[in-house]
Amino acid sequence: MSVIYVLLSISVCVAIFFFVAFIFTVKSGQYDDSYTPSVRMLFEDELVKENTKNNNQNKSQTE
Amino acid sequence: MAATCFHCGDSCNRTAVRFDDKDFCCNGCKTVYEIFQVNGLESYYDLQAAAGATPKEVSNAYDFLDNQEVVEKLLDFNEEGIQVVEFHIPHMHCSSCIWVLENLGRLHASVKSSMVDFPKRRVRITFEKDNLKLKELAMLLARIGYEPSIALEDYSKAKKRVSRDLIYKLGVAGFSFGNVMLLSFPEYFEVQEFWLDQYKPFFRGLMFAFSLPVVFYAARDYFSAALKGLRSKILNIDVPIALGILTLFLRSAVDVLFDLGSGFFDSLTGLVFFLLVGRFFQQKTYAHLSFERDYKSYFPIGVTKIREDGVEENVEIHAIQQGDRLLVRNQEIIPVDSLLVQGRAHIDYSFVTGESESVPKTSGDKLFAGGKQLGSVLEVEALKSVSQSYLTQLWSNSAFSKNKASEFQSLTDAIGKRFTIAVLSIATMATSFWLWYDPSMALNVFTAVLIIACPCAIALAAPFTLGNLLRIFGRKGFYLRDANTIERLAKVDTLVFDKTGTLTSNAGNAIVYEGMELSNEEASLLKNTLRASNHPLSRELYGILDDYEIMTLDDFTENTGKGVQGTVGSCSMKVGSAHYLGQAISRQSETAVHIGTQEGYKGRFVFKSKYRDGLVRLFKKLRNDFNLVILSGDHDGEKNHLEKMFPFQFPMFFNQQPQDKLAFIKSAQQHSVVMMIGDGLNDAGALAQSDVGVAISEDVNVFSPACDAILDAKKFNLLDRFLHLSKQATIVIKWSFLLSLLYNITGLYFAVTGQLKPVIAAILMPLSSISIVVFTTLAMNMLSRKLKS
Repeated sequence: MSVIYVLLSISVCVAIFFFVAFIFTVKSGQYDDSYTPSVRMLFEDELVKENTKNNNQNKSQTE
Repeated sequence: MAATCFHCGDSCNRTAVRFDDKDFCCNGCKTVYEIFQVNGLESYYDLQAAAGATPKEVSNAYDFLDNQEVVEKLLDFNEEGIQVVEFHIPHMHCSSCIWVLENLGRLHASVKSSMVDFPKRRVRITFEKDNLKLKELAMLLARIGYEPSIALEDYSKAKKRVSRDLIYKLGVAGFSFGNVMLLSFPEYFEVQEFWLDQYKPFFRGLMFAFSLPVVFYAARDYFSAALKGLRSKILNIDVPIALGILTLFLRSAVDVLFDLGSGFFDSLTGLVFFLLVGRFFQQKTYAHLSFERDYKSYFPIGVTKIREDGVEENVEIHAIQQGDRLLVRNQEIIPVDSLLVQGRAHIDYSFVTGESESVPKTSGDKLFAGGKQLGSVLEVEALKSVSQSYLTQLWSNSAFSKNKASEFQSLTDAIGKRFTIAVLSIATMATSFWLWYDPSMALNVFTAVLIIACPCAIALAAPFTLGNLLRIFGRKGFYLRDANTIERLAKVDTLVFDKTGTLTSNAGNAIVYEGMELSNEEASLLKNTLRASNHPLSRELYGILDDYEIMTLDDFTENTGKGVQGTVGSCSMKVGSAHYLGQAISRQSETAVHIGTQEGYKGRFVFKSKYRDGLVRLFKKLRNDFNLVILSGDHDGEKNHLEKMFPFQFPMFFNQQPQDKLAFIKSAQQHSVVMMIGDGLNDAGALAQSDVGVAISEDVNVFSPACDAILDAKKFNLLDRFLHLSKQATIVIKWSFLLSLLYNITGLYFAVTGQLKPVIAAILMPLSSISIVVFTTLAMNMLSRKLKS
């Protein structure tokens, strides 16, 4: 049953690992702005779409 | 034409431009559209229709960025040709804005990257300085309608470090709470199992270890607040909390050390965790609003100074010395008290005095800081330095340095005192009884009383009620600085209103024509005469008159400070003051433009302030519960009109200087709790002095003076509801106090009779906290349902 010591220390270590990860993420400032990234992630497509649209327009203009 | 501008969404009036099959309200908007189109940024309009703003004319507005010292201060990073700057852009309001600002690189190749922080309305731009000066960057942004607002105070202070202390503490407490809960689980069932008994010391030791950071780090604020309270002889709510935490920890440590029991580690960590959650919830901040601004945000950063050798030079505003010659351009604010040397001045003092119309000045006149020049370029000589000017001296008043929140005794602290006394006396009585009855139990009972009476639920009632209301208000356009403001709001019994910009809207005057009707030719001539004049009243009048063909005037003369005359053929038109038209001044305090033709006097255009919609209705409602006062910096021309408007009497004061307003509030505070509602710099003193200062703002993202709350002007007619709701919030808090006292009494029964087991504490404490949170949240949401806009 002394395996319980091992199991407990492993579980505590895992918990502490996540706790430290949390502290680091807060410190890096990634929770400071929780709104803009949610909008930003939707943009990449717009730009690509826009490029092709522009090209089409240019083509139709030259034709 | 009912069409709206494709770029900004304003309705297209007379100046409409049609381009690329789309309507634009002006050339500015069209230009922005063109810029976006050429650079492949058209999806700006796909993301959100009509998201743009009309760019303002900014030819000289950023000249101060030529000054290297200023630039150095603004830059975050400046090495090897790469510069980084962070701009505050008030217009930013939707996803289109984020998109176009993050794609700045397409408009100028030197922009390496740009990153938006939307809640703060800021954009961080990295660029190469060789091809793009900071000034050009600012002008580029202004050209596409995203004018950066640069106030030196934002930069001059050492960059404010964001405090994440509370989040760390919350993290520590939550982490320990979760682990301790798991570890103490076996103890709850009191099973006599061999292996569990075997490992008990190990489990308890771990729990003890987990509780250490909670007590010594996460709960530190409560100890220091309690100590501070005791030192100044105040029994605040932190005293019983600190006492509770300390007792919990010591008793549990002793229990574990001498193997007397499992200790109360679960309750201890849970208590601190819940308390911190409450604090976190109460801390609702509006990153894009500033409640701290003083005159520095209104004033320009740099001004153009004329050196003795005639060379123009940009200097920082604080470097202005007595005797310096300065240039003040159209729309610029006069930074210091000065003497007008050259140029025709029309100074708009509405910032400073609330006076709605501009004042003409001629050379040799004294100009006060804070006035805004309308019209041509002025040359002035500084009489003082910036901080010694008449207006800016207001900020040296003690009203600006006091802290309203700390002087106010909150409901929680008020009950904290009685609560502490009650708990301590119960503990003493119970202990003395047990000392006589069964001395071995005395210490047990004493600590149990302190533990169970720890006012967790009481301490949570206010943060959750107020924090919730803070969010509700925020959604409705009423932004409060902190939760404490709501409690002060609930105590208000006197409302003092500014007039200009507060009761009236800034969206222009209502102009009424009184006199003989004008023929078509006359109206056309009037319009064309006005077109040539630069006087602000002429400009405003010009804007509302119907369109006529533009014609060339045969003759045009302008008498500064009097009026203008225009002639076409045999017709002539005189526009100006009553005196200029040879009329007796009918009412001294009325703003009017008189007109006459070669045939004689025709009539006058009277400028009347436009009052906000629903004002009378609002005042009727407010009158029942509050004393109302109007405190205006303007002349008393509107007094008759105001008195007629309201079917009841209340005090009105006119011609009040900023200092007078402050003094008035101070004297009113002798016998009542005063809320000041104002808008401009002229109210800044009164806002700071009052118990609650509310700044009205047409656009909350743009500046407002230092205050406790910012109210969206569109929501002005909800003011009575906001006040009412604040009062109801305090009632809800009182009810939750009662509710949590019931839990405390239940707990005290177990404690006094010496039957308090850790498991009972571990059930009662979260149960009371959660039910209080549920109660206040439900109550506040139900009460605020009436708050429909």
